[in-house]
Amino acid sequence: MAKTHVTMKVNGAEVEGLVEPRTLLVHFIRENLQMTGTHIGCETTHCGACTVDIDGMSVKSCTMFAVQANGSDITTIEGVANADGSLSALQEGFRMMHGLQCGFCTPGMIMRAQRLLKENPKPSEEEIRIGISGNICRCTGYQNIVKAIQYAAAKINGVEFREAAE
Amino acid sequence: MIPGPFSYHRPTTVADAVKLLSTLGDDARPLAGGHSLVPMMKLRLATPEHLIDLHDIAGLKGVTRDGNNVLIGAMTTQHELLASEVIAKSIPVLHEAALLIADPQVRYRGTVGGNVANGDPGNDMPALMLTLGAAYRLEGPNGVRKVAAADYYQGAYFTAIEAGEILTSISIPVPAAGHGHAYEKLKRKVGDYATAAAAVVLTMSGGKVETCAIGLTNLSETPLLADAAAKAVIGTSLDAASLKKAAAAAQAIMAPAADARGPVEYRKHVGGIMVMRALQRAAAKAA
Repeated sequence: MAKTHVTMKVNGAEVEGLVEPRTLLVHFIRENLQMTGTHIGCETTHCGACTVDIDGMSVKSCTMFAVQANGSDITTIEGVANADGSLSALQEGFRMMHGLQCGFCTPGMIMRAQRLLKENPKPSEEEIRIGISGNICRCTGYQNIVKAIQYAAAKINGVEFREAAE
Repeated sequence: MIPGPFSYHRPTTVADAVKLLSTLGDDARPLAGGHSLVPMMKLRLATPEHLIDLHDIAGLKGVTRDGNNVLIGAMTTQHELLASEVIAKSIPVLHEAALLIADPQVRYRGTVGGNVANGDPGNDMPALMLTLGAAYRLEGPNGVRKVAAADYYQGAYFTAIEAGEILTSISIPVPAAGHGHAYEKLKRKVGDYATAAAAVVLTMSGGKVETCAIGLTNLSETPLLADAAAKAVIGTSLDAASLKKAAAAAQAIMAPAADARGPVEYRKHVGGIMVMRALQRAAAKAA
């Protein structure tokens, strides 16, 4: 099958590659670009581990072809740290609130949470839970992931984070 | 999981897309959001040799009010539908239903047109379109035609769409001001298709049901319009006996598959409950 030339912006850098039309975006990111932070979990559009940000949308990159992302602006987990290399508010939140155990779902969770906070900087707990409902975690029971996102929201809004009483 | 090989086409007009589909025949499939087709391709349950991606066709997106109708472009995503003020104001039941479809990521990509065109009995929008009396605009090699949603669904994945045709927009008559509405969907988890779901749009007058339409999702090979159930509640105040009558009339036309969502009897049972709940909630919302 003939290959197609694609170019896109990934984490601010122009990248290009030759892909078969059937190459999934997640495979292009992991194999062609060698950025393995984006994980492949279920491969069936359920788990959200492969979530990346494309032109302002959270997208499961296992359910889109790389040719479809031609010309788009993509952010992956490799692109979320602050410019000076320090942790972003969400990364810090996941660290401080123990928002991960095995860590497999974390890149997708952070990519999704980042878009959620951009659209809704002050989400309620319920809005957070609905917002990450396309991301599955099999370790944490979600409690600390929700807290991590609340921590990040507080930090972004410049207010002190207080854990809700349990 | 890697799909089978295919050629990728990205036309910029409906005419070009129709021409590609007509020329390439059965080996070609239109690609909208891809959140039904791509998973099927990864499982090799679908192996199209050509994909016609509709994303570059201008004018297939957006929600507009046109007199007494709301027009939804086929490539409007569920996310965009949720953001639409026209929908929130004029047809709020679609907003309610879209929130119950899949999950946020899928809603950024999944389109309303794809959801209604595909003929998947699990999709939620088709029953809503039946309930609302919507019509679909189909553009093909022989021109444009309008098909009522009620005439579109013929079987699981089997619809009135002809070779070379693309569903380009949906036209929905705006329900009466003060109407009540509800979409009750029982599902096993977030993102799942309905075990059973019921849509209700009704108007009330003096505490009694004046008009009513009821649609059912995933309770047959196609979405269903439960006409007899709707008739059973007209003129009533939705007392317990009328609700039971409506549920029984709806159950009489249900023919769900027995699958991981439960055996036939269970799905019919909860289908009846969804009808009763949707009727009650819709009535409570009606002015």
